Amino acid sequence: MTTDLGPLVPRDRAAHPVPYDVDYKTSVARSPHQPLLSMESTPSEETGPRFGHNILGPLDNNLILNWTKGAAPAVGERILVHGRVLDEFGRPVPQTLVEIWQANAGGRYRHVKDTYFAPIDPNFGGCGRTITDYNGYYEFLTIRPGAYPWPNRANDWRPMHIHFSIFGHSFGQRLISQMYFEGDPLIARCPIVNTIKDRSQIDRLVAPLDMAKSRPLDFLAYKMDIVLRGRRQTMFENKPEGM
Amino acid sequence: MVQSLDNLRETPSQTAGPYVHIGCMPTHAGNAGAFGTEIGKSPIADGAKGQIVTIRGQVIDGTGWALRDAMIESWQTDAAGRFPGQDDADPAVSGFARFAADGESGEFTLRTVKPGPIPARGGGFQAPHISLWVVARGVNVGLQTRIYFEDEDNSADPLLKRIEQRPRAETLIAKKTADGEYRFDIRLQGAGETVFLDL
Ligand SMILES: [Fe+3]
Repeated sequence: MTTDLGPLVPRDRAAHPVPYDVDYKTSVARSPHQPLLSMESTPSEETGPRFGHNILGPLDNNLILNWTKGAAPAVGERILVHGRVLDEFGRPVPQTLVEIWQANAGGRYRHVKDTYFAPIDPNFGGCGRTITDYNGYYEFLTIRPGAYPWPNRANDWRPMHIHFSIFGHSFGQRLISQMYFEGDPLIARCPIVNTIKDRSQIDRLVAPLDMAKSRPLDFLAYKMDIVLRGRRQTMFENKPEGM
Repeated sequence: MVQSLDNLRETPSQTAGPYVHIGCMPTHAGNAGAFGTEIGKSPIADGAKGQIVTIRGQVIDGTGWALRDAMIESWQTDAAGRFPGQDDADPAVSGFARFAADGESGEFTLRTVKPGPIPARGGGFQAPHISLWVVARGVNVGLQTRIYFEDEDNSADPLLKRIEQRPRAETLIAKKTADGEYRFDIRLQGAGETVFLDL
């Protein structure tokens, strides 16, 4: 539950993927045909669940170590993924839960339904979570996930990516997205990436290499900032109806 | 030229994919113990005041097939219409749940307390409802919708009144199947398509 005031800024749908895209075949039967019902947000969207540090374990944001509880590190190229969660007005979103999940260095997920023949890494689970600090900052230590093939067109491959889930302070801010890596030639060929029709918005999901945050002889760093919907806040928000 | 607005654009959504459970519901992915505490396992604790209800349903695609990989989140008030954290809110109601379509049958279950009417901005009340957010492989932007209840007075609800085609409002209303039990199917596309929200 949030103490923020004001309705959410309506979503700019052009900033997002199209729901229906023949090149991403699963979307064809899973996208609504009717237009969305639009109206101003209500308390049901303006409030939202809040999570405290009491839910976090000490290794929850360290995917290199968290599956084995620190006993043995995961295989792969060690990376730091970091950034800030902001709203559309550039304000930090502090104390909000960020969750990630990803394939291992060979492109295999630890999931009952993933049957790709790249091997499971016994030391890698593939999920992590953290809560942003008072400046909206977060970081994860992990390994760079591998690209993997998937059944869509005859030979489609997902670029290396990390899945992100972000809460914000309002249920209407809820967002799931994916982070890609600078320089990956598979990004441009990916039908899921290309459900986003605005090229500049695709770039928002491509994390640059960040040598300033990398640690010599240990890990490289990539920066991924995330912007959630903002809330309209004016002195006139509580005027009597009709005035 | 004019001044620039300095606003940022929202980060674009991407599909949650088939393995969303790894990060959000590790036990469902087969990875029990990945986190010490998984969030959203229940929206209520023992002692929640009000009527406990069970809502079952499926998420159905445009071909009539129930999704086996959907994840749903719900957010709601307590029985008196107060959101968690508000003054006098029921401390046994966290209001938030995560649940998944069963990997074999596609069936989901939400056990919760029936929410109360919620004061609307500018007066009046919203009828009791549970907000949902549906994500899955093939869903490029998470879908917002709501569960209302057929045995409540929904006649003055501002959102339901805004639905032009009256029969479509029925897609947001859970049908009572037994005492304290309801059915709520979510149809992504085609005949009986659920009303999805942009608010
Ligand atoms: Fe993936």
